[in-house]
Amino acid sequence: MTEGSAVNDGSRRVRVVLVDDHRMFRTGVQAEIGETSRTGVEVVGEAADVDQAVTVITATRPEVVLLDVHLPGGGGVEVLRRCAPLMAAAENPVRFLALSVSDAAEDVIGVIRGGARGYVTKTITGTDLVDSVFRVQDGDAVFSPRLAGFVLDAFASTDAPPVDEDLDRLTQREREVLRLIARGYAYKEIAKQLFISVKTVESHVSAVLRKLQLSNRHELTRWATARRLV
Amino acid sequence: MPAAAAARTPHAPDPDDVPQRRLYRSADGRMLGGVARGLAGHLGLPVLWVRLAFLAMFMWGDGLGVLLYAAFWVFVPLGVGGSTGHHSFFETLADGSRRLRKPDKGAVSGLIALAVGAGIFISQLRVGGANGRYVWPTLLVGAGVVLVWRQADNARRAGWNSAADRQKRLLQAARALAGVVLVGVGLTVFIVVRGSAAQLGNLLTAVLAVLVGIALLAGPWLIRMTQDLSEERLMRIRAQERAEVAAHVHDSVLHTLTLIQRNAEDVGEVRRLARAQERELRNWLYKPEGTGKDEAEEPATLAEAVKKAAAEVEDHHGVPIEVVVVGDCPLDEKLGAQMQAAREAMVNAAKYGGEGGPVQVYAEVEGRTVFVSVRDRGPGFDIDAVPGDRMGVRESIIGRMQRNGGTARLRSAPDGGTEVELEMERVANAA
Repeated sequence: MTEGSAVNDGSRRVRVVLVDDHRMFRTGVQAEIGETSRTGVEVVGEAADVDQAVTVITATRPEVVLLDVHLPGGGGVEVLRRCAPLMAAAENPVRFLALSVSDAAEDVIGVIRGGARGYVTKTITGTDLVDSVFRVQDGDAVFSPRLAGFVLDAFASTDAPPVDEDLDRLTQREREVLRLIARGYAYKEIAKQLFISVKTVESHVSAVLRKLQLSNRHELTRWATARRLV
Repeated sequence: MPAAAAARTPHAPDPDDVPQRRLYRSADGRMLGGVARGLAGHLGLPVLWVRLAFLAMFMWGDGLGVLLYAAFWVFVPLGVGGSTGHHSFFETLADGSRRLRKPDKGAVSGLIALAVGAGIFISQLRVGGANGRYVWPTLLVGAGVVLVWRQADNARRAGWNSAADRQKRLLQAARALAGVVLVGVGLTVFIVVRGSAAQLGNLLTAVLAVLVGIALLAGPWLIRMTQDLSEERLMRIRAQERAEVAAHVHDSVLHTLTLIQRNAEDVGEVRRLARAQERELRNWLYKPEGTGKDEAEEPATLAEAVKKAAAEVEDHHGVPIEVVVVGDCPLDEKLGAQMQAAREAMVNAAKYGGEGGPVQVYAEVEGRTVFVSVRDRGPGFDIDAVPGDRMGVRESIIGRMQRNGGTARLRSAPDGGTEVELEMERVANAA
């Protein structure tokens, strides 16, 4: 993907905290994206469990936290819960990007509903990760194809009975955008295909994220129960 | 059973508070059941204090101390732990035998306190007058019960050491017998003392007393046995689980790691092995219970079929394939054809477009429509420029879809990769 270069021309900096219980993985990510002069990403802290993560995040106030879903001490969801005031802060809000090897739907939906601004899998390339970090810093949402698939799946069952308010349902356009993400398209490619701007794509994705966090509890619960996820 | 409630309230181990520290009765350096020592270790108090507290409750709390002590004895498992210092006047050697050790200050003062307490107790009873004649039978029964219960504990300890030779067992039997005899004598005296009036009520009382005596004697063993059994069962289940995990890891992961070491130079092969292993392990770990963790035979639903096809292509061509499936439905004949077409598209994508990154497969069931997209980021090609004798795309994908009433679209742009879109209507009756 080449669009990473658009946001990452060296003029921008982002401070990042890595939260993952595997030291090897943290080292790997650090090696991949931590070269500040090249990527603009500055890793200001690392943490291996929930308590450490909360301490480090509070102390360093990074712009973006790369958060593993599975952590000793309650998992990524617990970190999100305890950092909720930081996320809601008016000045320099801390934003979370879930970075996980797990592709179990309940993990993914869980952290997103906990307030993470996006979710990418650990197979992501360094360039894409840097790009995602900057996008999250801007307040946009980043979905991997798999997450888009989960979201579509979760909302698919709400199609038939339109009992929920509009807020709970994805618009046709949002659905289209998600479908293209699930098919592996980059935001730029989606914009080209749908004849809309990248900004519009991003706002659609953000809308999906908002809906996922705030609403549709009933349907999501039903969906999760049907799949024996809860 | 009021004793149960009494036992639970004072030590009530709050699971959130101290998950690691469990209350055990101390097996070493105990005077009766090791309750006081265990409690002392658990609470971090000197043993003497706990013993004095029990004694005080015994004397001024209408025998509450005895009740409490008995309840602890019954419900708290014997274990290692408790306070560490040896304050008993016996010391237990490694082989289980005991010998007198030099009395220390704590033991002496404890003994004195015990004697004083016993004196006060007996004098108080004497003051009671009429119930004085019940004291001796009660004491006899109590001594018998204590003897038997300690015996049960010792038998349990012997189970840990598994060194129960014959002589020891004989001694154990003798002690148990002595306990029974004591209780029996106590009860008999009780009945005799109770009087010459041989009435029905008295007889009933006697029978009841005997029954209670038997329950008291058999109780500890029964409780210990059930405790032991459940503990053992738990251990066995754990061991079985561990063995299963070990077996699986051994068969698959270690095997793959060996192969990877051997093929370390061949990047493609290593990647293929690692991905295949990852998929298998993931499947094994996260697949819901009851769906059969072993290799599934023929996939019955669309999602499974897509994943299986992708996995096979991935294994054969060493190109990672990312699969996203939304919704699911049972496979029918038409969908089977669609799957074959999709598989062909995956093979093509892996063969010609694999360098550009992972191949992306997306399948969606929406209402009656089943949609599959296979996308690669390879160089792309011009469908019209493909020679007429190359039948792969034309027949295996487009032709097959059309014959079965579906549609296939190919989109390819130089540098933009290739995308194959397959769409098929499901058979009507399948809801």
